[in-house]
Formats: sequence, structure tokens, C-alpha cells
Amino acid sequence: MAKATRPSAPIRVLIAKPGLDGHDRGAKIIARALRDSGMEVIYAGLRQTPETIVESAIEEDVDLIGLSCLSGAHMALFPRVLRLLKQRKVGDVPVFAGGIIPDEDAKALRKIGIKAVFGPGSSLKEIVTTAQRLARAGA
Amino acid sequence: MSTSERMPDAARGVVAGDRRALARLISAVEDRDPSAVPSLRALYARTGRARVIGFTGPLGVGKSSLINALLKPLRERGLKVGVVAVDPSSPFSGGSVLGDRIRIERTPGDEGVFVRSMASRGHTGGVAAATREVCRLFDAFGMDVVLVETVGSGQVDVEIRDVASTSVVILVPHLGDEVQSLKAGLFEIADVFCVNKSDLPGADVAAKDLGELVGLSGAAEGWRPAVVTASTANGDGLEPLWSAIEAHEAYLDAHHLRAAGERARLGREIVGMVSERVGRELREALDRDPDLGHLLDEVVARRLDPHSAADRLYRERPR
Repeated sequence: MAKATRPSAPIRVLIAKPGLDGHDRGAKIIARALRDSGMEVIYAGLRQTPETIVESAIEEDVDLIGLSCLSGAHMALFPRVLRLLKQRKVGDVPVFAGGIIPDEDAKALRKIGIKAVFGPGSSLKEIVTTAQRLARAGA
Repeated sequence: MSTSERMPDAARGVVAGDRRALARLISAVEDRDPSAVPSLRALYARTGRARVIGFTGPLGVGKSSLINALLKPLRERGLKVGVVAVDPSSPFSGGSVLGDRIRIERTPGDEGVFVRSMASRGHTGGVAAATREVCRLFDAFGMDVVLVETVGSGQVDVEIRDVASTSVVILVPHLGDEVQSLKAGLFEIADVFCVNKSDLPGADVAAKDLGELVGLSGAAEGWRPAVVTASTANGDGLEPLWSAIEAHEAYLDAHHLRAAGERARLGREIVGMVSERVGRELREALDRDPDLGHLLDEVVARRLDPHSAADRLYRERPR
């Protein structure tokens, strides 16, 4: 939203891992790639509750949220983040996701509003391009 | 005179405690969006109440962890706390990873804390160009205390003194011998020294060296920087750290130094604003005005020296 009026300003993106999942290598690789594309990446790291993620997104005024989950709890956690975003009136911030997410779950997640889902083997270039597009477009 | 009808919406949102309005106005200020200026003007009269405390020191000494450890005791005192954490921007991509937030544990639903990460965006000195303005926004929002964390600082990163009324310089054991602490720069701006990671061996030696440094000052009067040791690993020293900060703040009030310090900081800030504007105008004029562009050609050809060219540019600048 903000970026529509200030196209030259850096995109701000929150990268967070909800729930009990210790695997943060993927999230760090994404954070680094987004940084190298010129974004300001607020790296919230491991074991975040959906509530904290939403609060961080508000305080940091991010243009985009990236969620990572490799524990299998994505169908419980991601919809919860989306619900809370709407509840706190920031449902306009686009959310994308990555992790070990079966195709049918990815489909279901896209249906409820996750803008893109990336699994293992996704190209960093594609992730960065998608993130840029989502941040500039808003939800 | 600042009736709420005349206030821009963004400013009104900040005064009303709207967290998203505050967050968005901070972004606009960071992005130098001219549309933020009317809000900043409208809010200025509501600032000046919050105490701004700076935390600086080399990377990895535990600045974020110390700030995190102070949040709980400050909230228990009923103080509302804003945190501004600055991390570096890449000189290559302009991007950054803002990772201070990861250290900060939040009590769910506690609206008395607001944490904002800032990228330095090419500004040197340890803070971002907009950090002071962001502290004022926290002030207008109703925060009692604003804790500012600088980027991991080197010896010359002393700009936190233009932001905070109390600067805490955080160090750890084994950073160097006592001669390091005699050097100019970072060590000179400390109102409080904190040797963090006091659970590690060598903290007592570091604190003793700093104590001796403080004692070397010939001045018989004036504030003598406090030296405390602390450990976020075991919680030691956090109360003494905050007491030392409060003691310095009380000293500023007792000796009528607060207004003088604020006056000096505002003077530097306002001169900085004008310099930035004049600098931008001059750069644009050099690009646009063929006569001034010719001046550069003369310097390149060694027919004119840079000092004379600077004199002429300053004299003949567009107004």
C-alpha cells in the first residue's frame, strides 16, 4: 500500500517462522536473497506465535509477510495468521509462504489468501520476483 | 492552537494511539516522504516528554539483549517503552537484514511497548538519518522512554549523542587493553559504561580499566560516567544499569543541563536539515546549470582549484 505512493522506497518484508519448528536455514536463505535484491528484511526468526507475527508486521509497517514452516503445522498456523491480520485490520498486507507443504495444502492455502507457496527446489530468482510483485501490488 | 481538526489524519492517529498510523508515519519519515511533514509539524508541540536513552557499542556486545532485559523492569514500573533498533543497509544492494527484533521477547497484547527496526540507509555515525524524528513520533505517541539501539558501532560512531540524552556504551571483556579506552571517539560519549556478559571471565578487569579511565578525567566537577557490569545470561546488573541511567537523567535535571543539551542537539539537527537542502540544491544546480557545469570543467582541466570553485559555487548558488 505504502509503496504505491513511494515507489523508490525500499520494500519492507517480514520473514517469520510460526510455531515449534527449528529449521531456519530456508528462511535465512530467503532473507539473504531478499536483502540482496534491495529489500529491508525484518527477520523475526524462530518460534513466533501468530499473534507476535501480526504485531511485528504492524509495528514494522511491512509491505509483505513471508512465513516458513517445515514442521507440518502449516494448515493450523498460516490460516491463523491470516485471520489475525484481518482482525487487526491489516488484511491488506500480502502473505507468501514456503516450506514442506504438500500440493493439496498449497492449493487450499492459496484459496484462503496466501498469495504464493514455495516448496523445496524453488528458484531464488522466482521467489524474489514474486515477492517484489506482491509487495508492489499489495493484496 | 493545535486543535485536532487542523491535524492531518496521520498525526491524529498517532495522538489517538493508533499503532498502524504510527508505523506508517514512521515509514513516511524514513522514506523522506514530503507528505509526512505537516504531521511532524503538528506533533512537535506534543513532544519533549519522553526520555531517549541510547545503547551503543561494537557488534555482538549484547545491545538488543540488554534492551530486551530492561523491558520487563520498565513495564513493571508502569513505563511505556518505544524501541528503535538500527541495523546497517548494504552499500551494494541498499537492502538490509534487520535482526534485532529476534532478541526481543514480547508479552502478548502489551500495548505499552512498540519496537521498530530501522535500516541505516547510507547514513553513517551509528544511527539512521530519521532516527531522531522517529524518537519524537514515539514521544508524541505517549511513550515515556525510548530506547535507541545503534548499529554495531566503531570508534567514530558517536551520533547517538545527537539523539539521546543519556548514552550507554556497552562493551564486553577482552576487547582490548586500557589504552583502547584512552582513545578519542566512542569512549568519550559514554554517560554510562556497561560491561556486558559479566558471566564471562575478564569482566572485572574490563570494569576496573574503565573505572580508572573515568578517574583520569581531571575535572573536579561534572558528571562522572558510571561503570556497571551486567549479564543478560543470568540477569545480573540490570537494576544497577537502569539506576545508573536514571542517575544521569536526574543529574541533567538537577544541574539544569537538560535544556542546554536539547538546545545543542536541536541546533545540530536544524543545521543538518538546512545543509541537506542546500547540498541537494547545489548538486542539482551543478547538473542543470551550464555555467556552473563549466566550473567543474575548469577544475578538471586544472585551470581552477577546488577551493576557488567552491567559493564561486557558494556565491553564485541559485536562490
